[in-house]
Amino acid sequence: MDRAGLMAGAVVSMWENLQILIAAPVFNAQLLINGLTVGAIFALAGYGLALVWGVTNVKNLAQGDFVMMGGYIAYELGKHGVHPIAALIPTAAFMFAFGWVVYRLVIRRVIQLDLFTSLLATFGLAIVVQQSLNLVFGPDVRTVNSGLGEIKMFGGMVEVTEIRLVAFGLCVLLAAGMVLFMKKSRMGQAIRATAQDARAARVLGVNTDRVYALTFSLNAAICGAAGVLIAMIWVIQPFYGIAYSVRAFVIVTAAGLGNLTAVIVTALGLGVIEQYSGFVLGAQFQQATIVGLLLAILIWRQVVLMRQRKALQ
Amino acid sequence: MKGITINSARLGAAVAAALVLAGPVAAGDDTITLGSAISITGKYSQEGKNASDGYNLTVKMINERGGIKINGKTYKLAIKYYDDESTPARTAQLLERLISQDGIKYMLGPYASGPTKAAAPVVEKYKIPMVEAEGASRSLFTQGYRYLFAALSTSEQYLAPAIHLAAELAQKEGKKPSDLKIAMAFENDPFSQDIRAGVEEDAKKLGMKIVVDDKLPRDLSDMSATLTKVKALKPDIIFVSGHTKGAATATRQMHEMGVNAPMVAMTHCESANLTGKFAGAAEGILCPTQWAETLKYKDDLYGSAMGFNTLFKKTYPEYNIVPYQAAQGAAAVEIWADAFRRAQSFDSEKLRDALAATDMETFYGHIKFSPAGNNIAKPMVLRQIQGGKYVVVAPSKYASDPVVFPRKPTN
Repeated sequence: MDRAGLMAGAVVSMWENLQILIAAPVFNAQLLINGLTVGAIFALAGYGLALVWGVTNVKNLAQGDFVMMGGYIAYELGKHGVHPIAALIPTAAFMFAFGWVVYRLVIRRVIQLDLFTSLLATFGLAIVVQQSLNLVFGPDVRTVNSGLGEIKMFGGMVEVTEIRLVAFGLCVLLAAGMVLFMKKSRMGQAIRATAQDARAARVLGVNTDRVYALTFSLNAAICGAAGVLIAMIWVIQPFYGIAYSVRAFVIVTAAGLGNLTAVIVTALGLGVIEQYSGFVLGAQFQQATIVGLLLAILIWRQVVLMRQRKALQ
Repeated sequence: MKGITINSARLGAAVAAALVLAGPVAAGDDTITLGSAISITGKYSQEGKNASDGYNLTVKMINERGGIKINGKTYKLAIKYYDDESTPARTAQLLERLISQDGIKYMLGPYASGPTKAAAPVVEKYKIPMVEAEGASRSLFTQGYRYLFAALSTSEQYLAPAIHLAAELAQKEGKKPSDLKIAMAFENDPFSQDIRAGVEEDAKKLGMKIVVDDKLPRDLSDMSATLTKVKALKPDIIFVSGHTKGAATATRQMHEMGVNAPMVAMTHCESANLTGKFAGAAEGILCPTQWAETLKYKDDLYGSAMGFNTLFKKTYPEYNIVPYQAAQGAAAVEIWADAFRRAQSFDSEKLRDALAATDMETFYGHIKFSPAGNNIAKPMVLRQIQGGKYVVVAPSKYASDPVVFPRKPTN
């Protein structure tokens, strides 16, 4: 079979898959629900990254590894009889403390340095987290059982696990909580002030070092919560974090910093696009589609920027 | 005292050198020494131990029965081992050493396809025959190697028996095999793609239509998009192979999404602990295996597959179940013994030709090599999860129970 024949075969099967969706729209519902429910979890990791990036200007490459770590904490607590949904709070608390320690030990020292140093530092952090999880829990794929059942819709054509819907609801609650915290609390205001202009904030009496520490810890806690949900819906493995780091970066790059609504919309869209590309193109193209989209967004941004520069000249 | 040690060491070296020069027998006048660089430490240490325990048991059994008679004289068997640390580069180095320094002229394989791939060119260079039992990759037998022989079934045969079983069942129901639709999801790695190639080839031969053909990523955590497609297209057979995570994710998500087909076959059922973790959801899944102790294979040395099983557990009480790697290893030594008996010679070329002409029944299955050196006589065996246990259902000649078809998962 020559390459052209294979290509033609791939195009035919793509076309056939598209026709299924048109002929039997009910399968769109399955893809949409699956996509939106995991997209909500991606939104958590994406928002955490946007927060840290916007406030401290550190691009945290260990984002996905924090997610995995959260999953493993829930797994460990589960072995001691803690229900995974109840494990959300202790996991987030532990990850908050972990984030604080990491900030004190590593992030604080690289925050004022150039981009390359902070990237290297968080990359190293990612490796340490991965290998530690591997040492403690081993390389096997793990899941945490929520004990919930499935819901059948459209006469059994669409089946969704209840945990997905519960996770979606929890994500909405967490996001709402974050918005309230950032808008109403003194600390939230301080974080936003530091993000706008750290120097001015310092002059006006904001302890920016504490703001940085809190932001980083908050992000770790959010990631940890996302990890608990991932462990119940999908699987966790010490080296699977990178997939979540990539997704978080795609979301933040596309949505921009400091815009929660855009982050949520992009994350939900990402979840849905992954499902559709898996259905139409095949599982082998799911990740490629995401990276391809990121590339397209970056090129488009560049074009827009160039136009603006021309207008300024 | 010191002087004596040096002298005896020198003497030993001289004797060893003389023996190497003399040719056939390396370790003593009445001993045939086989060589193997195998994983004693490193990531395959457990599997390496399984395999070498199998090697050792057959050596012990043959020696207890008086050894091998060649030209009227009986010889005992022995094995010289080195630890390849589970790394292919080390395997190749140690084979060089076994051949050129230790004068070993009869090899047994290392553990896993990677080290075997590294070992094959070395034995080929020195024209030393090697019987391996632990490297299943198809690519080992496409290189034109003359001195490599494998006791086990190669990877492309792993899931192919399920296709033939499906064709058989379809004919019983009055359907044509070419009416059957197949959905498959294989990981994008050489091993799983080998398995996929075997499935594709047999599906084409029988005229079956492949309606889903997805490649799973290495960091697989979600198959829901693929499974939605499967649900829409209602195939007759679902094939999945993606190591442990593939079996676990597929079983779990098929259950969650209510996806099913009359026949579901996947690899790595045991390592994913399907019967333990997904008891109801895994019911009726077909899993291939190289060997099972319940098979009706027979030979003189062990009696039967069950005979090997019992004796192995008695000899090595640390095992709760007998791993198939041990059975394969034990069979490899039987193949060597058979070749010596038929060749009545210590000449590598004559032994190679004797190995190539092997046609024997063992407790591990029938052994007969293709010109490429892989065993074409032993089929992969399919077991089905029935009531939380693995029972052999195909090929029908060896089946202990009938297959449950169509598959019905329980909740």
